[in-house]
Amino acid sequence: MDSKNTNDWLFEITPKNKFFSLNFKEIWQYRDLLMLFVKRDIITVYKQTVLGPLWFLIQPLFTSITFTIIFNNVAGIKTGEIPSFLFNLAGIMVWNYFTSCLNGTSDTFKSNANIFGKVYFPRIITPLSIVISNLIKFGIQFGIFIVFYIFYYIKGANLSINISLLFFPLLIAFMGILGLGFGMIISSMVTKYRDLNNLVTFGVQLLMYVSAVMYPMALIKEKLPNLRWVVEYNPLAYIIETSRYMLLNIGEISILGLVYTVIVALIVFFAGLLVFNRTEKSFIDTV
Amino acid sequence: MKDIILKAENISKQYRLGQVGTGTLSHDLNRWWHKIRGKENPYLKIGDTNDRSTKGNSDYVWALQNIDFEVERGEVLGIIGKNGAGKSTLLKILSKVTAPTTGSIKSRGRIASLLEVGTGFNGEMTGRENIFLNGAILGMTKKEIASKLDEIIAFSGCERYIDTPVKRYSSGMTVRLAFAVAAFLEPEILIVDEVLAVGDAEFQKKAVGKMQEIAKGEGRTVLFVSHNMAAVQELCTKIIVMNQGGIEFEGNVEKGINFYFSSKLQMTPFKEFILPEVYKAKINYFEILNDKRELMTQFSSGEQIIFKISVSIKSEIRNPIFSLRLSDLSNVNIVTWRSNDYIEEPLPKNKGDDMIIEIKTNDLYLLDGVYTISMSILDGKETLDFYDKFLEFEIFPSKPNPDFHFITKEKSSKSLIFYPAEWNVN
Repeated sequence: MDSKNTNDWLFEITPKNKFFSLNFKEIWQYRDLLMLFVKRDIITVYKQTVLGPLWFLIQPLFTSITFTIIFNNVAGIKTGEIPSFLFNLAGIMVWNYFTSCLNGTSDTFKSNANIFGKVYFPRIITPLSIVISNLIKFGIQFGIFIVFYIFYYIKGANLSINISLLFFPLLIAFMGILGLGFGMIISSMVTKYRDLNNLVTFGVQLLMYVSAVMYPMALIKEKLPNLRWVVEYNPLAYIIETSRYMLLNIGEISILGLVYTVIVALIVFFAGLLVFNRTEKSFIDTV
Repeated sequence: MKDIILKAENISKQYRLGQVGTGTLSHDLNRWWHKIRGKENPYLKIGDTNDRSTKGNSDYVWALQNIDFEVERGEVLGIIGKNGAGKSTLLKILSKVTAPTTGSIKSRGRIASLLEVGTGFNGEMTGRENIFLNGAILGMTKKEIASKLDEIIAFSGCERYIDTPVKRYSSGMTVRLAFAVAAFLEPEILIVDEVLAVGDAEFQKKAVGKMQEIAKGEGRTVLFVSHNMAAVQELCTKIIVMNQGGIEFEGNVEKGINFYFSSKLQMTPFKEFILPEVYKAKINYFEILNDKRELMTQFSSGEQIIFKISVSIKSEIRNPIFSLRLSDLSNVNIVTWRSNDYIEEPLPKNKGDDMIIEIKTNDLYLLDGVYTISMSILDGKETLDFYDKFLEFEIFPSKPNPDFHFITKEKSSKSLIFYPAEWNVN
C-alpha cells in the first residue's frame, strides 16, 4: 500500500454518522454471520425439547382452536363458507409473523448489549436475522396451513384459490418490513427510555383486535361504523385481510388500502433504519 | 517514510455520570433545541477530567480527552495506565463498539478485538457450532473458519467435547475454545485486552506464545492493553502511558514502564502522627528515604531504603523494643525487623529523651509491587504504640545489579522476593 497517499484509508471512525448511512458492502461481508444467527435462532428453540420444531405449530393451532370456539362458536362471527378454523389459522399465521418480528427486533439492543459491547459487526445483522428466522418459522406454519387446507378440501369444503395468491410472498415481505421497521424504532428508543418495553407488550395485544385477525374487515364496518377508521387506518388490517383474500378467496381486496400499506411500511422501515443507525454508534453508553 | 496503519486524531469521549434516565429527556430536548438553532451541544462544554476519587461539579466527565497517536504497520503498541485511565474506552472506540464524542480514527486495515473472549457463545450450541458463530461474530467468513477448523480444535484442546453443548463445558474449557477461535483471526490490526489472565498455566503459556507469534512472526500490528508489565516488556515495541483520559507518555517501552511506575500512585513518603495528651512513648513522624536521603516512595529492587522514625518519649522505658514490618498487598508479611533480635541491642535501655531511629535495608531484593509498613513500640510485653500498614511504598522491576537481567515478579513465578545466589556449574 502506498503510504504517501494520505487519503487511502480503509475506513474512518467518527463521532456522528452522516444523516443516513447503510453500508451494504459491509452487510454483504457479514452474510455468513447473518445465516449463522438464523441457524442459532432456529435450533436453540428446540434443543432439549421432546417435540422440537413441532412447537412452532402448537401455538398457532391452539390459538386458532380457541379463536374458533370463542369468536365463531360463542360470539357468532360468521366466516361464510370458509371453515372458521382455517379462517383463523390464516389470520393468526400472518399476525404471528408480524408480532414475532416486532417482539424479536424490539429488544435487539437490550438483549444483545453483551455482544454489542465487545465486538463490532453491522448491528442491522441482528434484527435482519430475526426477521429471516421468523420467516422460516412462518414457512413451517404455512406448511401446516396447507395440510389443513387439503384436509378441508377433501372433506368437501367450498375452497378456492385466488389468482392474486402469486403476490402472497410480496405481502408477507411487507409484513416483515413493517415488523422490522417498528421493531428497529422501538429497539432504538428502548435503550434510553425503558418505558417503551411495557408499552410494547400490551400494545401488541391490543393491536391484534384492531387488525382484523379474528374477524373480516367488512364486519367492523357493518357493526361499528363509528370506529371503522381505526381498522381502516391500520396497515396491518389490510395485510391480514388481503392474505385471507389470496389464500381463501374471502373478503375484499382494496388496492388503495394496499398502496397505503406499502407506503406506510416503507416510511416506517426507513425511519427505523435511520434511528437504528444513529443509535448503534453510541447506545452502549446509555443502555 | 513511515507506514502508518492507524491514526487517532483528537479523540475525546464524554460520559454522563449517575442515573441515566432521570433528566435524559430534558437534556435531549435541550441538546436538540441547541442543534436546530445551529448552536453547539451545551453539554460538551462542561465536564470534569476523569478522576474517580475526587468529587466533581458536573454530571459529565471526559473519559478520554484529546488523544492523538499513530501506529505503524507491524508495530506492537502497549497501552498501560492505572484503572480508569481510559484504556478500555479507547479500545472500545477503536473496535467500533462505541463512537467517540469528538475526533476521528483512520485505519488502513481491518481491526479485530479480543476485548473479551467468548463473546456470543451460546450455551445450547455445541463447541463446533460455537466456533462458527463466534468466528463469524469476530468477522471471519464461514469458509475461513472451515479451513482452520481442525487447527482451532487442536489448539483449544477440546476435541473430546467438540460436539457437546458449551453449557456443559468447564469455564476453563470455554475460555480455551474461545481464545482458540480468536487466535486464528487474521485482521491487519489486532486489539488484545488482558485476555491472558485466563485459563490454567499451561494454556496461558500457549496463549502468550501464540500472541508472540502473531506479534513477531507474522508482522501483524497489535494493540496490547495489560497490567502485566513483563508481558508488555516482552511483546511491545512502543508504549503509551495513559492517565486520567490523556496520554502522558509515548515512546520507548522501558522508559514508559519506568515513567508509569514513577507516576502511578500518589503515595506519600512520610507520615506525621498527632500525639495524645498522655502517653509513654509514641511515634512522632515517619519518613521513607532513599540512599541519597531524599523522601521517596518508589524504589528499584535491591536499592537501599532508609526508614527514619522520630519517637517522642515521655517516661522512662525499661525494655524498649521497636519493630517494623513490611507486608505485601495480599497481607503476606515479608520481613520484620525487631530491635531485640540483636544480641547487642541497637537501642539503649533507660533512655528518656526523644529518639531518631534509622533502619537501613541492605540487599533487600523485594520484587515489583506495593508494600505496606507497620510499626510498633513495646516496653517488654506492653504495647506502647502500634500502627498497622500506615504507609506504602512501591518497588518497580529493575536490574538489581549489572550481573542480572531485568527481574520482575512475573518472571520469578510470583515469588515473594528475589535473592542472588552463587551458582556453581560443573
